[in-house]
Amino acid sequence: MACTTESGLTEIDPQVKISIRNVFKIFGERPEKALALLKAGKTKAEIHASTGCSIGVNNASFDIRAGEIFVIMGLSGSGKSTMLRLLNRLIEPTFGTIEMDGRDVTRMPRRELIALRRHEVSMVFQSFALLPNRTVLGNAAFGLEVAGVGEAEHLRRAHAALKAVGLEAYGDSRTDELSGGMKQRVGLARALASEPSVLLMDEAFSALDPLIRTEMQDELMRLQAEHSRTIVFVSHDLDEAMRIGDRICIMQNGQVVQVGTPDEIVLKPASDYVRSFFRNVDVSQIFRAGDVARKTQVTIIERQGVSAAAALERMQHFDRDIAIILGRDKTYHGVVSRTSLIEAAGNGAGDPYRSAFLTDIEPIRASESLSSVLGRVASSAWPVPVVDDDNHYLGSISKSALLETLDRTA
Amino acid sequence: MTFDIGDGVDSAVNYILDNFAPLLDAIALAIGTVTNGIQGVLLATPFLLGLALFVLLSLWRVGIGFAVFTGLSLWLVDHMSLWSAMMETLSLVIASTLVAMLIGLPLGIAMARSNRVAAIVRPVLDLMQTMPAFVYLIPAAMFFGLGAVPGTIATVIFSMPPVVRLTNLGIRQVHVEFVEAGNAFGCTAAQLLFKVQLPNAIPSIMAGVNQTIMLSLSMVVIASMIGAGGIGNTVLTGIQRLDVGTGFEGGIAVVILAVILDRITQSLGKERAGIWRTLLRGAAQPQATPAAAA
Repeated sequence: MACTTESGLTEIDPQVKISIRNVFKIFGERPEKALALLKAGKTKAEIHASTGCSIGVNNASFDIRAGEIFVIMGLSGSGKSTMLRLLNRLIEPTFGTIEMDGRDVTRMPRRELIALRRHEVSMVFQSFALLPNRTVLGNAAFGLEVAGVGEAEHLRRAHAALKAVGLEAYGDSRTDELSGGMKQRVGLARALASEPSVLLMDEAFSALDPLIRTEMQDELMRLQAEHSRTIVFVSHDLDEAMRIGDRICIMQNGQVVQVGTPDEIVLKPASDYVRSFFRNVDVSQIFRAGDVARKTQVTIIERQGVSAAAALERMQHFDRDIAIILGRDKTYHGVVSRTSLIEAAGNGAGDPYRSAFLTDIEPIRASESLSSVLGRVASSAWPVPVVDDDNHYLGSISKSALLETLDRTA
Repeated sequence: MTFDIGDGVDSAVNYILDNFAPLLDAIALAIGTVTNGIQGVLLATPFLLGLALFVLLSLWRVGIGFAVFTGLSLWLVDHMSLWSAMMETLSLVIASTLVAMLIGLPLGIAMARSNRVAAIVRPVLDLMQTMPAFVYLIPAAMFFGLGAVPGTIATVIFSMPPVVRLTNLGIRQVHVEFVEAGNAFGCTAAQLLFKVQLPNAIPSIMAGVNQTIMLSLSMVVIASMIGAGGIGNTVLTGIQRLDVGTGFEGGIAVVILAVILDRITQSLGKERAGIWRTLLRGAAQPQATPAAAA
């Protein structure tokens, strides 16, 4: 693997977009001395004590391929955000080379660096960093405007970029009128407007709530499918890394611990540190029953004058064996199966639904963790309904949905 | 051992007087032109027109209640026969604020960009704010003669520090991610300043301008001692003759001008307020609602 080479020599590989070789970032006044100590095997704490320098990135070497989503992962303080900022020199690397399309970014004169940032590399920020004095369109146009693209042209392209992220109707809105997910769409549009070949994303979706985060990940995958770019994505979230990453780079204490595909990382973790990511991620602990519940079952609203025949007809139509019976206010009443319903109707019971309720199904509360309901879902013959604290029906968990969820990271 | 700093200052002042007379004249001419120009316009403005302008400005920037206050208080000033004195004072305030901004904004920007500049400028600002005004009032009169010009210069010295400090502070306090975003999209240093830093520092800079205006008003009475004119003269006359009533009238006029300028300039760093905002918000509603819905 490329990340283990010490020599700094690279074989020419047309697939490689960004090549990082022996890169160090040392914060402080005496980087040379700190580097010498680092090579002598001193720890970060010892180096800080004797030189006052702190180590941001320690001898990172790896390649990022053209068109891949490359996720840099690590705990906070692992140097992942610093590593990302070295790529466009928002933070100046102290030692080492970073080649982009064969050009050394680290030694680029300022004028060239500005051109690189304007046309080839753009960035999306964790807290969006939208300029509050500009409208949504003005923000999307920012990069083009700075690059000196004429007004008509930059507005047209900014509008196209907003359209690509589904915000074309919001061009004149102020940024503080938007929700978090929409703000980050604007951030994405701003980054895409200049049609860069490299997109740097710094914890871009971490500030969003889980549902919106997943939606934005899908959005990114869609944009990537339409127009393949090299995306370097910093994240502390393994789930996110697994979901979108073609390859993942794991950093610890400023060092690159492992680079590989999600499968390689999971199957052959390079160290206990890498393994610990998975140990911490137990989806059945993280997810609540409410997160997994799906509204795929047939529901029937119970009211006066509706006969069992109508319900049977509906179940037949959707080809389902069971139906969830709800009150008018969506409260959960019970579950009936075709057979129980036919039986109850045959017995001529006064209330065709009540007497047909399956007795072996107990609803699950949405707030229960997935691990605590595994057994009940697994042993139930039918999908198990999920209700909230006010007994409103939220959906059902089927065995297959449960397995799918557990399978995501295992 | 004693140091005779006083002698040194004396000879420095004399040296400047002997060798830089043309430069001093040029400065006096430039500032004099600005001050007299503004004064000419303001004094030529009839009371009713001036009143209407102030009331409309109050209505636009602050609100209906404040517009009523402005109208009544200026009517009072006119009935104390202090309207033209107030316009003289206002022209002095405007001129010195303009000069203070002209020097102060670039200085504040320079401080924000370089810690070394900041380290040098900061004690100078402290000096300007704390040195008793009379100390530099005399050399100002020696350099530039009596009248509005040394008055303006003395006022600038006293009132400039806030706009410098708050410009520096405003730029330094711009969210680090905004600056990073500016850099990440390829801003040059100038683009970063004008497109990212200054627009986001506006509220702070306007607070500095507001403070500069307030301080320059408080210099007015002192500046009248070297013939700057305006309401200061009224107050000074009152003090000299032990005429408490006249002095009080002048004081009231200064306070009225201060309140009006304060409220109007405070509103400049913010959004439009009051009735106009309500009207404009109403017009903008159709665009704003879809954002909330989605």
